Amino acid sequence: MATGPSSRPLWGSALLYAAAALVVFVSVGPFLYMVATSFKTGSALFDSSFWPKNPSTNNYTALFEGAQPFGRHLLNSMMVATLTVSCALVMAVTAAYALGRIRFKGKGLLMLTILGVSMFPQVAVLSGMFELIQALGLFNRAIGLVVPYTIFTLPFTVWILTTFMRELPNELEEAAIMDGCGPLRIIFQVFMPLLWPALVSTGLLAFIGAWNEFLFALTFIVEDDQRTVPVGISLISGATAFEVPWGTIMAASVIVTLPLLLLVLVFQKKIVSGLTAGAVKG
Amino acid sequence: MNNNRVRTAWLFLAPMLLLMAVVAVWPLLRSVWFGFTETNVNNMQASRFIGLENYFGPYGLFFNPNYADGFWQSDWGTAIRNTFQFAFVSVVLETLAGLGLALLLNQEFKGRTLVRTAVLVPWAIPTIVSAKMWAWLLHDQFGLVNQLLLDAGLISQKIAWTADASTAMWSVVAVDVWKTTPFMALLILAALQTLPRDCYEAAKVDGVHPLRVFWKVTLPLIRQPLLVACVFRLLDALRVFDLIYVLTSNDSSTISMSGLVMREMVDAGNVGFGSAASTSLFLIIMLTAVVFLRATRVKLAE
Repeated sequence: MATGPSSRPLWGSALLYAAAALVVFVSVGPFLYMVATSFKTGSALFDSSFWPKNPSTNNYTALFEGAQPFGRHLLNSMMVATLTVSCALVMAVTAAYALGRIRFKGKGLLMLTILGVSMFPQVAVLSGMFELIQALGLFNRAIGLVVPYTIFTLPFTVWILTTFMRELPNELEEAAIMDGCGPLRIIFQVFMPLLWPALVSTGLLAFIGAWNEFLFALTFIVEDDQRTVPVGISLISGATAFEVPWGTIMAASVIVTLPLLLLVLVFQKKIVSGLTAGAVKG
Repeated sequence: MNNNRVRTAWLFLAPMLLLMAVVAVWPLLRSVWFGFTETNVNNMQASRFIGLENYFGPYGLFFNPNYADGFWQSDWGTAIRNTFQFAFVSVVLETLAGLGLALLLNQEFKGRTLVRTAVLVPWAIPTIVSAKMWAWLLHDQFGLVNQLLLDAGLISQKIAWTADASTAMWSVVAVDVWKTTPFMALLILAALQTLPRDCYEAAKVDGVHPLRVFWKVTLPLIRQPLLVACVFRLLDALRVFDLIYVLTSNDSSTISMSGLVMREMVDAGNVGFGSAASTSLFLIIMLTAVVFLRATRVKLAE
């Protein structure tokens, strides 16, 4: 469907490039302005010129020296997101093998259930989850968040991995069975080299999901030391209620966004293929 | 042999199913149960069964006699209206913008890779960060948006975008559209790239107008993936919470169903009433999804 450049009239090209420029400006502009703001301090903040006149890193240092344990929040988020990804992937790989490679009764219903859970409004389980987290002694502990995050990541991880599993060559599995490989060896020794790209893309998407989650993190943790970054940022406040430290908030936002942005830009193709595998092929 | 494989399948599914039962199904059932009780967040063991009181009692969600101005003016009614207004407008705008963006990215031109990368930026920014970032850009006194509009002569005085009840919801929608259109565009683009090329070459040889080709060939061919993407977005939009909570502080002109549940359950501590609201929310979203899938005849799995 792509139209070659040669077949396009001049005004068409002009329109195309204008649209492309607009898209780039609208997508990246706000982010760049946020970065610029994070280097402004004092009255420079209230001057809406783009580049800071006297750029300073005070906002960044203030983050780690302020009343809020921002460094701790970062570590908490790292730990929670990494653990969530590991738990979800380990369970999802075996489940996806069962769903993608083995025929059995009730599979269609199971797939629908999994899809249903992935579209579930988190808030609908909130009070029950609150009770469960308290019963498990995980209330007010960052690590407790791994429980709800894993369950809300798992369906979608399984769904994507299943679509990838389904497309692996049959001959490979048949040959492995001939050689006397059990299912676990088929997954972890025969399929693993082919599954890597899919694992990377689902892992990244799961990581992003856990890194950004807000609702559970806000509800299940009230102690400042145990909070994750999104809640931390939403709670950054100034000395008085009327003084919002926009510079610090923007600096925190830049720190939280940069690793994510780098991951997404580096693994662009993988992430996009993971995202679309779930929706289009499914 | 075959029996063995089926057994393996269930064995492999067991950990996931067990976890889903304990950590998803059980909390859901407990939440539904709490909806029939009076429970305070500080002592959840001491809950008292009160039947349908939270739903239809004198202070319940529905048919509440204290609603002087009718159901749709009550807190819960307002939250439902806000949520649907938000979901409908943002999904329609995101679909249209996403379609346009996907068509653009599907063209061959110099710098296409750059544009495709740039488009991922809003999607990669965490929701909380984009809410804070736009809160700053839309700031009534020092925001860049007001400054640019003033300089361009489009407005005569600065507007409190996120605080004014008449613009707050539109700000929320705009930020959501900014953040989520790339996701829509990527899904639609993936669908566009699976389309057969020869169809288009034939149309070009026959001199069919491109707009007609789009309407008669492209759109019908990508209908299914387009609608699937819409369902995903719709379900996501109906449970919106964090964007509104941060951007407009959950005020009554923008509070969503999830926001109201959070306010009742977490801030006010009424776990019973909040659970009744969250259960209603769940049913409302399910119903909407079923109606949408029926109306568009989309099949989600196979």
